[in-house]
Formats: sequence, C-alpha cells, structure tokens
Amino acid sequence: MSALLTSIPFAIVATGALVGVAGSLLGTFLILRGDAMLTDAISHSILFGIVIVWMLTGQTSGPVQIVGAALTGLLTVVATEALTRTRRMAGDAAIGLVFPALFSVGVLLLNVYARDVHIDAHTVLLGEIGFVWLDVVTVLGVQVPDALLWMAVVALVDLTFVVVAYKELKLATFDAGLAAALGFTPAVLSYLLLGLTSATAVAAFDAVGVVLFLAFVVVPPSAAYLLTDRLWRILAYASGIAVASSVIGYLLAVAWDVSIGGMMAVVTGAFLAAAFLLGPRYGLVAQELRRRGQREANENRALAVHLHHHEGTPEAGEENVLSALHGHLSWRDAKAREVVARSLDAGLIERHGERLILTEKGRASAREILEPGRGGPATEAGR
Amino acid sequence: MDAIVTLLGDYTLRTVALGAILLGVTSGALGSFAVLRKQSLLGDTLSHAALPGIALGFLVAGGRSLSAVLAGALATGVLAALTMLLLVRRSRLKTDASLGVALSVYFAAGVVLLSFVQGRAGAGQAGLETFLFGQAAAILRSDLWIMAAVTALSVALVVAGWKELKAATFDPVFAASLGLPTAFLDAVMTAMIALAVVLGLQMVGVVLMSAMIVAPAVAARQWTERLGTMVVLASTFGAVGGVIGALISATGRGLATGPLIVLSLTVIVAVSLAFAPNRGLVAAAVRRARSGRALRARQVLATMDRLAREHGHPDYATEQGMLDTYFGTSTAGLLRDLEERGWVRRVEHRPEEGVHWALSEAGAVEASRVPTDAGRDAGRHAGRR
Repeated sequence: MSALLTSIPFAIVATGALVGVAGSLLGTFLILRGDAMLTDAISHSILFGIVIVWMLTGQTSGPVQIVGAALTGLLTVVATEALTRTRRMAGDAAIGLVFPALFSVGVLLLNVYARDVHIDAHTVLLGEIGFVWLDVVTVLGVQVPDALLWMAVVALVDLTFVVVAYKELKLATFDAGLAAALGFTPAVLSYLLLGLTSATAVAAFDAVGVVLFLAFVVVPPSAAYLLTDRLWRILAYASGIAVASSVIGYLLAVAWDVSIGGMMAVVTGAFLAAAFLLGPRYGLVAQELRRRGQREANENRALAVHLHHHEGTPEAGEENVLSALHGHLSWRDAKAREVVARSLDAGLIERHGERLILTEKGRASAREILEPGRGGPATEAGR
Repeated sequence: MDAIVTLLGDYTLRTVALGAILLGVTSGALGSFAVLRKQSLLGDTLSHAALPGIALGFLVAGGRSLSAVLAGALATGVLAALTMLLLVRRSRLKTDASLGVALSVYFAAGVVLLSFVQGRAGAGQAGLETFLFGQAAAILRSDLWIMAAVTALSVALVVAGWKELKAATFDPVFAASLGLPTAFLDAVMTAMIALAVVLGLQMVGVVLMSAMIVAPAVAARQWTERLGTMVVLASTFGAVGGVIGALISATGRGLATGPLIVLSLTVIVAVSLAFAPNRGLVAAAVRRARSGRALRARQVLATMDRLAREHGHPDYATEQGMLDTYFGTSTAGLLRDLEERGWVRRVEHRPEEGVHWALSEAGAVEASRVPTDAGRDAGRHAGRR
C-alpha cells in the first residue's frame, strides 16, 4: 500500500482520476442545467481567489484555499446574475465580462507579487500534474502527495453531496419550478453546486490547471449523456470515462513525452467523439442506420401498396411485374430490384414467373397504410 | 501631455500603440455582431481553440513566424467552431455544453502540442508562452503589416456585407425570407470572430481574448440604439482600452498586456453601464425616482380632491399634518412640487394650526384625471413605501 502510494505514476494517475470523478459528479448536473460556460467562468475566476488567499495566508492549497475559491466562484455567479438582471446585456455577455476581469486581476497580482514563488500564471492555467509527488504529507504513517490528499477530500465531499441530495438535485435539474413548489429551494441547491464546483476547481488546479479542469467537468458527462438517458448511469459512465481517460492519457503522455494533464483531457475528448459517432441510440452511426431502416421499410410498404392496388384487376399482369416499378414508383432499376429482393426476403411478396404476388403478410402491411385502424392487429411486417 | 508625446516618440511604444488601435478597431466592430447575436462566448471558445493552431503553425514554419502562427490559429479556431456546430446540430448536447466541450478539448490539444514543441524546439518556444496572456512588447513593426491586412479585411467584410449582416443579426427569419444566404452569413460572422481572435493573440493572448470581443461591444451598446453608431463606438472603445493597456504594459514592470487591456475595457464598460444617457443605470434610477415622486404627488392631489368633494366645497383647506399622517410620510416636498405646477396653493391658517393647502382650479381639473382608485388607495400604498 505504502509502496503504491509513493509510486509516482500511481500518484499522477490517481490524482487525474479523482479530478475526473469529482468533476464528472458535479459536471453531470452542470451540463444538464446549461451551466457549462458558467463553470468555465468559475474555473477562470478562482485564480483571483487563489491569489488573494495566497497573499493573505501564504498558502497555495489546503482548506483555506478551498473555502476562498468557493467564495470566489460564488462571487462570479452573483456578479454575473446581477449584471444580467440589469437587463443591459445578455447572460452570456455578462459571463464574458466577469471572468476575464477577475482573471486579469489575478494574473496582474501574480505578475507583481509572485515572481519567485512556485505559484505562477502558467501553472495555474495548465497545471503540473507531473509534479504532484513533489509536495507530500504524511497521513497515518504513509506519505501521500498533497494534491492527491486534498483532491480525495474534495471528491469525497462532492460524492456525499450528490448522494445525499440526489433526489433534490434531480428534481431541481429537470423541473426547477416543481422543486421550488415542493419547497426544495433550488436556488440554495444551485449555489451549493456551484460553490462545490469552485472548491473542486481549486483543489484540482495544482494538478491540471483551471482550463483543463473544465475538460474534466464538461466532457465526460457530455459523452455519457450521449450514451444513456438515466441520470445515475450518466454519473457512472462519466466517472468511468474520467478514470479511463486518466490512465490512457498518462500512458500516451509518457509515450510521446507531452503534457500529462493535457493528454488526459484530450482523451476525454476522444471518448466524447466515440460516443458521438458510435453511441447506441444517439450516435451518428445509429441515427444513420435507423434512418436507413426507416427508408427501407417505407420502400417495402410502397411496393406492397402498389401491388395491392392492382391485385385482382385486369391490368395486374402488366403492373405487378418488376419492370413496371420503374415507371410507377419512379425507382431506378437497380433500386427496384433491391426493394423486390428485400421484400422477398421479408416474406412480403412471392414471385410467380414474372408476376409479383403479395403474401398475406404483405397484404396486411399495405392495408395498414390504406385502411389505418382496420387492418387487424398491427404488424411489424414492413420492417 | 509631454509625457505622452515622449512615450509616443518611442519607436517600440509607437508600434505597440498602433497594434492596439488595429486590434481595438477590429475586435470592437466584429464583436458588436457577436454580442448582438448572443454569441459572446463563441469568442471564448474560438480564442482558447487557437492554442493548438499556434503550436501547429510554429511546428510547420519551424519557428515563430507570425503569419504561420496566425494562419494556424485561424484554422483551429474555425475547426472548433465547426465542431461546436456539429455537436449542436447532430447530438443532443446543448449549445452551452457544446461550447464547453470544444473549448476545453481544443485547448487541451493545444497544451499537448505546446509541450511537444517545448520538448523539441528548446529555446525557440519562449515566444509561444506569450500567446497565453499576450505581450505587447513582442510585437514587431513587420507584424503591424499583417495586423493591418487583417483589419482591412474585416472592415471590408463589414462594409461590403453591411445590409445583409444587419438583417441576419437582428432578424434571421426575415433575412432568410428575403433569400439571403443565412447559413453563409452565419459562417461569415463566425469567421469574423475568428479573425478578431487571431488579431489579438499577440497582444491579449488566448485566455482573455474573449473579453476583447465582448467588452467594447457591451459598452457601446449602452450609448446607442443604432447598429452603425454601436460599431463605430465599439471600435473606438476597443482602440482606447487597447492603447491604455498596451502602453502601461510596454512601459516596463513586466505586467502582462492582456490583463491590463481587459481591465481598461472593464472600466469603460462600468462607466458606460452607469452613466450612459438613456440606458445608464444612474439615468434609469433618476427616472424611476422622478416618476415615483410624480405618482405620489398625484396621489396627494387626488386625496385632497376627494376631501374637498366630501366636504362639499372646492376650496376646502386640507391640513398638511393630516396628509402626512394619512400617507405615513412627510408630504411637504410633494406639496411643493404641486404648488410649483400651480395645482395647489397655501391658505391662511390660524397660528396654532399647521400649514393648510387647497386645490387650485387647475389642480381640481388635474385631480379629476387621476383614476378614481388612486386617491382612495393612496394611504395604503404610501404606507407601504
């Protein structure tokens, strides 16, 4: 155990994974509420809080920093809301004004006061997850990296919050009006959520920096949201994606000798791209397949209706043949052959010499369209 | 004044000031459209997404060639915008989450590429770090030509497409009904934001560039209701904020330029929000106080009118103390307002009694215009104030 905790790769991957899990737990609610860019604003502005607390106490991490950042995050939210309430600008413009101002003050204070200290704008922005093992504390006789310890504490608080307030969060996220009517005060919940987001951001900034933190908050839940509809599954999938991204990101970063935190965030992006393309229900491929399935079913139906229309009439001999489809349904010959072959396979029609004859199943599928509600039990024949 | 002349006499500072003006004009003008179209945060995404382009441009050109870096930034910025659009159109993610995803993933890719460049290029990478927060002093005279070209291109775009851009900004449905190519115009305006971002990379840096697009436009919006005026004002504000920030930064002390420009612009926004003539918060507060006072004066007038009618003669003198009690607050100021307008007059009263007031004829006419409920409810409403 002790050996594991002091192993550098473990410390790095574990820190990344904890940032990702904590971020995903909160981020799931944030993206569902439409607060992704507010999170971006918060994660930038906490630089202001970090610098102020550092100037007052000389600490760059620990509980004071975490509380200070939570307050800065709330300041950002309150200032943004106040500006929006003046109705002199849209909400997104207010966000775009508040965080650059706070971030600028933070950077300038660093420029002036922090020349020789290990806290600098570059670190705050990008993080140095590779160096998490430099600062260690001893807990229960085991040396644990500082950042890992605080990240674990914050992640635990986040987890407790989500578990305890799960029902309320769910309600406030999907139906704020009802939540308010039931007396759940969604505003308080919302401030708690955003305050915890800020606290998590400051615990994470040492490791991944403020901008990459946004990736860990927004991207895994977004990817999970493309995979499933159930809230607890989004939380679980997002956490899983975050952990996997930390491991894969670390390995790739070491292999290519590039930024570890950056690579972890890029891998979350790869997961999102995969979910976007290959997601079971909402993925592009699944959408395309579904669309094609529908088109094919429609073509089968059109053929069945055509055959049904001429069935038993004198001209059936010349209409209900493959060669007539070109003129009547304006299908190219290749397509007509394709549809006929598919309908034969599906048992909708049979071929008698040149003639195409509807089966009972095919007739039912035609009637479903021609006489909706009378065609007997609905069939899946067309599909 | 002398100090400014001396400052501008300095070759470097003149370069920096010119660069800041070019940047301010472009981002102010192009930002106006972004803010009006509620795309303020698109600028944030595009500017963060410029980072991988910067590193790529550096890798391709094999050095800190500004045009390669800018071309790379423009390319990845536009790519990020397309990614974001693709996510909005073809996935169930909302605009907000899509912006966040594009921003953070592209930026992360930028961080990775930057570390890759740092690993290879050794000392050459020093120039790249400045693109994070901007460094005005790093701008060369030759860079100004590129910046001027981008500015000219943006101004030409805005002037040439003025009517179309205006229609697509304020009423996209109307623009589409006129047969304007709205999708193309959307693309043009997104490209314009990307252009502004690219221009600001050296001076403001990728992290804060979004403020350069949002702030001048928001400030300008407070002063006018006309698009043309807004664009010109935003350009001016952008140039002023840019020059102030850039000059403070360039005079030494090692302060990053981007934050200084952003804070200058923040001050301009705050002043505009507070003091703009019509939309300004101070003007609005004054208006609100005035109309509240006028309304309360009417209520006093209506109350006096009711008293007069209930006592059956139009010259009935109402004691000020009674009105005070009735309204739960001093009515002296309101009565003075009414007196100034000639609607009430002071009447003689015995020395041991308080001041009395009566309606004038004009006052009686005015009181009859006040909705009848106003007099009756006056006491309750006044009490609540």
